[in-house]
Amino acid sequence: MKDNSIKIYTENLNLFYGDCQALKNINIEIQENKATALIGPSGCGKSTFIKTLNRMNDLVPNVTITGDVYFDKLNVYKEYDIVELRKKIGMVFQKPNPFPMSNYDNVAYGPRIHGVKSKQKLDEIVEKSLRSAALWDEVKDRLKKNALGLSGGQQQRLCIARVLAVEPEVVLMDEPTSALDPLSTQKIEDLVDELKNKYTIIIVTHNMQQAARISDKAAFFLLGEIVEYDSTEKLFSVPTDKRTEDYITGRFG
Amino acid sequence: MNKIHKRAKIADKTATIILYITASFFILLLVVLTGYILFQGFRAVTPQLLGFSGDGIGIQLFNTIYLVLISLIISVPIGICAGIYMAEYSRPGRITNILRSSIETLSSLPSIVVGLFAFLILVEATHMQYNLLAGAGAVSILSIPLITRVTEDAIRGVPDSYREGSYGIGATKWQTIVKILIPSALPRIITGIILAAGRGFGEAAALIYTSGMSSDIDFSNWNPASITSPLNIFRPCDTLAVHIWALKAEGIASNSQQIADLSAAVLVILVFLFNLGSRFLGRFITKKNSI
Repeated sequence: MKDNSIKIYTENLNLFYGDCQALKNINIEIQENKATALIGPSGCGKSTFIKTLNRMNDLVPNVTITGDVYFDKLNVYKEYDIVELRKKIGMVFQKPNPFPMSNYDNVAYGPRIHGVKSKQKLDEIVEKSLRSAALWDEVKDRLKKNALGLSGGQQQRLCIARVLAVEPEVVLMDEPTSALDPLSTQKIEDLVDELKNKYTIIIVTHNMQQAARISDKAAFFLLGEIVEYDSTEKLFSVPTDKRTEDYITGRFG
Repeated sequence: MNKIHKRAKIADKTATIILYITASFFILLLVVLTGYILFQGFRAVTPQLLGFSGDGIGIQLFNTIYLVLISLIISVPIGICAGIYMAEYSRPGRITNILRSSIETLSSLPSIVVGLFAFLILVEATHMQYNLLAGAGAVSILSIPLITRVTEDAIRGVPDSYREGSYGIGATKWQTIVKILIPSALPRIITGIILAAGRGFGEAAALIYTSGMSSDIDFSNWNPASITSPLNIFRPCDTLAVHIWALKAEGIASNSQQIADLSAAVLVILVFLFNLGSRFLGRFITKKNSI
């Protein structure tokens, strides 16, 4: 039996795109209310991996998955309703993807589809979520304006607010700052630091400094396998595997 | 290097000039054609000719709008549903391919063929006279493939990131379609509807044997069940386009050429106003949705 601080764990998880194996025997335990960073070179399976956690891979044709993913000790692929699962495991994508509607409607989208109708309740949720995403002060006077008018960094924080509005327990972030300038990146990083008190964060990143700055634990992915998984501090200072060391010292990748 | 650079610049200039000339040619063509039609049409117009009695074309004008409206009521829901199916539900494979080529074939059927088909099914088989509903049905057969195609393209054209964002917070497929995909695709879908309506406005061949070439209606009678009521959809109904054809082909009145020309001019204006109107509507809906 896993101890209670384990929010998500996988057992012998394999994933194939057609004949091509993208994930090989992944066994990992993600701890609750910690930020876990997934690092590794492009195409090593990091993004594919986090998409197995909230079943976003279901949208991709020709994907076969073997092995199991457990979230709160229940099997993600067998014991969850997909709507319920994605409500609890929110996701922030690489490129900010606000809907072409107002800032308010973007954040209210989730609560609305999950049945919140009261205007007052929605107002509360929107404000709370925007505050949590450190965006409230910047948009409170233009809630009715189209979200596409925000800057890239603001759009990404809006997307985070949109996820927080459905009160998830886990937030998956797929390279959330790779399309942003340094200042916006800084804001998102501060935000992650803040959010991990309340949420379990899993963040994919190419940026090793970023992983070192914001995560508690880090996993190094290479060619669809987890080479090393440890506390961030240890992984970056005394990696046990030669390949991890080569990667973090910038010898390849 | 310099030589290549120079050649690239010349090619660039030439292409620009050619494209400008092509565009100007089309604008000129449009202006000349429209100008000619409007001039010919309104050269000797009298209030009588625009009225609803005698040889006035008011009846045909009303019929045209009414028939297009009815055909849109039939074709828009079917076309949009089919388009959504093709874009979001159909799986690549044989059935989808057969479906897609059926739709394409349907959209390239000659309208006289569709008209005669509709005549057999909607007029002969139902033992009715020529009627407006049969005409609207024939026009719908022509416009459904168009609306389907445009809707499919429009929905497919919505960035995947919108779908991910929506599914990512637990929306169902239907919620995603209704709240994200359709609103985002709406401007393009409306363009498709305008094109489809354009077919209805201009259609003659498909209507000759379905809605007929004459109408006998009384504008003081608004009881939809009465055969002479303008609202009755089971009455014969000649549209402007059919009227033009009938007058040009077999008009015997001394001013039938003049009436045909006027009908053409009025039809052009009608289509123009309809296009403007639906664009405004589209913009209005998009704006309203985004607040």
